[in-house]
Amino acid sequence: MRISVRVDGSSYSDDVEPRTLLVHYLREQLGKVGTVVGCDTSNCGACTVLLDGRSVKSCNVLAVQADGHEVTTVEGLADGDELHPVQRAFHECHALQCGYCTPGMIMQTIDLLSENPDPSEEAIRHGLEGNLCRCTGYHNIVKAVQMAAGSGSSTQVGSAS
Amino acid sequence: MTVTEQGKEIGAARRRKEDRRLITGQTRWTDNITLPGMLHAAMVRSPFAHARITSIDTEQAKDAANVVAVLTGAEVADDQGTMITAWPITPEQNTPNHPPIAVDEVAFAGEVVAVVVARSAAEARDAAELVEVEYDELPAVLDLKEAVTDDELAHSDLGTNKSAFWQLDSGSAGTGRPIDEVIAEARADGIVLEREYRQQRLIPSFMEPRSAVCDPTGEQITLWSSTQIPHICRFALAATTGVPESKIRVIAPDVGGGFGGKLQIIPEEWIVFCVARRVGRPLKWTETRSESLVSGHHGRDQWQKLTLAATKDGKVTGLKVDLTCDLGAYAGIVGGGVPVLGAWMFNAIYKWDAYQINISNYYTNKTWVDAYRGAGRPEATYAIERLMDELAVEVGADPLEIRERSWITHEEFPFTTVAGMTYDSGNYEAATARAKELFGYDELRAEQQKRRESNEPVQLGIGVSTFTEMCGLAPSRVLGQLNYAAGGWDHAEIRMLATGKVEVVTGTSPHGQGHETAWSQIVADRLGVPFEDVEVLHGDTQIAHRGMDTYGSRSLVVGAEAVVRAADKVIENAKVVAAHMLEASEADLEFSAGRFSVKGTDKGLSIQEVALAAFTGHNLFDDAEPKIDASAAFDPDNFSFPHGTHLCAMEVDTETGATTMRKYVAVDDIGTIINPMIVEGQVHGGLVQGIAQALWEEAVYDDAGTLVTGSFVDYTLPTAADTISFETDHTTSPSTYTILGTKGVGEAGTIASTPAVVNAIVDAVRHLGVNDIRMPCTPERVFRAIQSAGGGASSTAQPHFNADADNQDSLPPEGEAR
Repeated sequence: MRISVRVDGSSYSDDVEPRTLLVHYLREQLGKVGTVVGCDTSNCGACTVLLDGRSVKSCNVLAVQADGHEVTTVEGLADGDELHPVQRAFHECHALQCGYCTPGMIMQTIDLLSENPDPSEEAIRHGLEGNLCRCTGYHNIVKAVQMAAGSGSSTQVGSAS
Repeated sequence: MTVTEQGKEIGAARRRKEDRRLITGQTRWTDNITLPGMLHAAMVRSPFAHARITSIDTEQAKDAANVVAVLTGAEVADDQGTMITAWPITPEQNTPNHPPIAVDEVAFAGEVVAVVVARSAAEARDAAELVEVEYDELPAVLDLKEAVTDDELAHSDLGTNKSAFWQLDSGSAGTGRPIDEVIAEARADGIVLEREYRQQRLIPSFMEPRSAVCDPTGEQITLWSSTQIPHICRFALAATTGVPESKIRVIAPDVGGGFGGKLQIIPEEWIVFCVARRVGRPLKWTETRSESLVSGHHGRDQWQKLTLAATKDGKVTGLKVDLTCDLGAYAGIVGGGVPVLGAWMFNAIYKWDAYQINISNYYTNKTWVDAYRGAGRPEATYAIERLMDELAVEVGADPLEIRERSWITHEEFPFTTVAGMTYDSGNYEAATARAKELFGYDELRAEQQKRRESNEPVQLGIGVSTFTEMCGLAPSRVLGQLNYAAGGWDHAEIRMLATGKVEVVTGTSPHGQGHETAWSQIVADRLGVPFEDVEVLHGDTQIAHRGMDTYGSRSLVVGAEAVVRAADKVIENAKVVAAHMLEASEADLEFSAGRFSVKGTDKGLSIQEVALAAFTGHNLFDDAEPKIDASAAFDPDNFSFPHGTHLCAMEVDTETGATTMRKYVAVDDIGTIINPMIVEGQVHGGLVQGIAQALWEEAVYDDAGTLVTGSFVDYTLPTAADTISFETDHTTSPSTYTILGTKGVGEAGTIASTPAVVNAIVDAVRHLGVNDIRMPCTPERVFRAIQSAGGGASSTAQPHFNADADNQDSLPPEGEAR
């Protein structure tokens, strides 16, 4: 099937097998390998991207479902050398170690903060429940989200650039 | 020359150099690698725990579109090599053959029986479904205690399920008295506690699934792998395939976590290496999460029989430990050595008269078991710290006081333990005092008392864990005595580039620990160069040609010590050049903050200027070698012994068995801290892994030997919503064995936290007659423990069940229920 998708500000047009998952389309056809796969069951959230500005697990979306839509990945957040506030907060708070869950965590954080710009610790913890991290014990991820909330990260990132 | 003063970098919470590529998606995970002409492999795995392979029909798979090759174990038997263990714990150890692709017999569900190579990963996986394998099922050995009987055999040709027996005995080693004597004394006039604890099977569950890419083209064969141990992998590939070591290059690019789970040489690496060479094209394999859970090695899985002897007033005199350990189907790279690593830790921070540990390792028809964060030491710490709480109850003393009666006091260091280890430094009193203060220990005890007296449905428990561990694997001579096949040294090289930049090559292989940042801080201080100018290179056997990789909290205390020694050699080399350039004698030169200066003058040169002079070679003394680069290898004299006091408060709903963590305080003493931010992160992550063993995680098999917890739906890793924020602090007793005074921190949190949590839960319901709950302490297990102890709230009318109080129809506050 032929699909047209806008990803991180560029337009792509490709033939895909109907069974192709969005994450495999991003990684294997577009070379957008910043988005990663961590499980087979939609539990880990490592593959989280924004679809029209809302977070989705891209292993749980077919590439054909993204036809005509806009996808933002972790690769589309920074403006040149200028990091997105959530990226900056993750760096500042040491909210990553191996970094494998980080793309998904950052994308989910952006969604969380756009829903609730001033979340409590409990709201942060529940908002990130669908994203697994094995390194940090979540402690510093929670701190990073709090820092990002304070720095006005709920600015639009999923909209057309 | 040795520069001992610390500069401004060591101790600073430097933000990590690694982060930028990781937060922007500019990463090199193994699965990101794509090479021209690259093919993809999919494994065909046995659904049976134990079976003989009678036939494999690959014709249909071979005919599938875009399939390039389908190979069975029989077809690669001569060149696939073999999986080896580095640690047969005794010369007599029984070790089953472990071919990468099974040839005749499979010994666990998930073992590879064939490999399919196709143009895409999806096509390879589709074709793997078309491979027809016929099996004759054999009886499977699944229960560890049944394995001991040898009624059924996990490997038909081994004759027994027993792998090996290993003992440490203070009586015969001369490090203490005979254990039986001490236990007899306690039986006559003291306290004897006998307990059996279960260390359930866990799965490391690193977030990046394992992946391997092999490029067989060109003169060297390159293998990229998501591994903790590229150097050991290269050695083992050469040793078992006959390919010269000099023809093999192994690269661990960005690696997404390991926790011991990637401290392994894996059949799939061997298969990719072999099959890429067969087909003459680059080949990639990346596992699914289910493949990871079913075939990547598991951890723990022990039964611990314990006999503790103490005086009437609660001073411990001895401990006898009988461990029965499940190695799963095969002996992994550390394999049978994991429980041995715990042998020196059952005596923990305590002074005893006698100690004996008897380790019996067995094979079963389940996934192999090897190192998982802590490897042997969490198991040991759990056993002794649970027992110390039991002893406190027996004596009627506070659990911290009971520990103090037996622990080594800070004046007694260096102290040689009953197990024969010499601890260099520590201060258990200081860490405990600080932890009590942060925790509000006395206030929480008072609250606990109040809740007990008013018989509240939600009870409060306080758990203690005063732990130590041995880090820094390891002195090579000690490893040799223990029959380990390799050394425990590490290596570093420092290259002073003409442009003033510094390349630091380390033999350790980080996968999240932040070595690029911490090593930069160390070198920046040592050489007096800017932090930003230091580049740390690792994980490629052609760049870091010597190394022993990353595990066992060894990188900082062994690998970074080699870096320090290389830096000192660079300074020595540069000094000779500087003396010539400054027309001064070496004895008149001082080196400080990156600059050589002539004493009593304002003449001087920076080390970067010396590096440039060595590069141009224009003005060197006669016969001078035009370089100041240096390398160093370091072999430690001893392990290092971090310690700490962890306190945990758990609330337990006695009516439902639900548990909620209220507070957790960790005060760790890990010696000198290079980067406190990284250290805290290591502690937080370690804590949650240890807490997860206490509360949530367990690898479960069904009666047929199928892993029931074969996905993240069923293997329940904690989420952000399950955990709390922690309070951490440090006391500092520098190691006397290392120049930097560091001790290692990678495993501390995991080792300490499991008993703290279980002690807290048991403490909360102790008054109801409960003295143990098997891990993971799920609400169901806690509920059943309360019920079977007969003290459950449901044995009488619920005390709060009246018109004015909440009843079971009331909703709990948001977020309280898990």
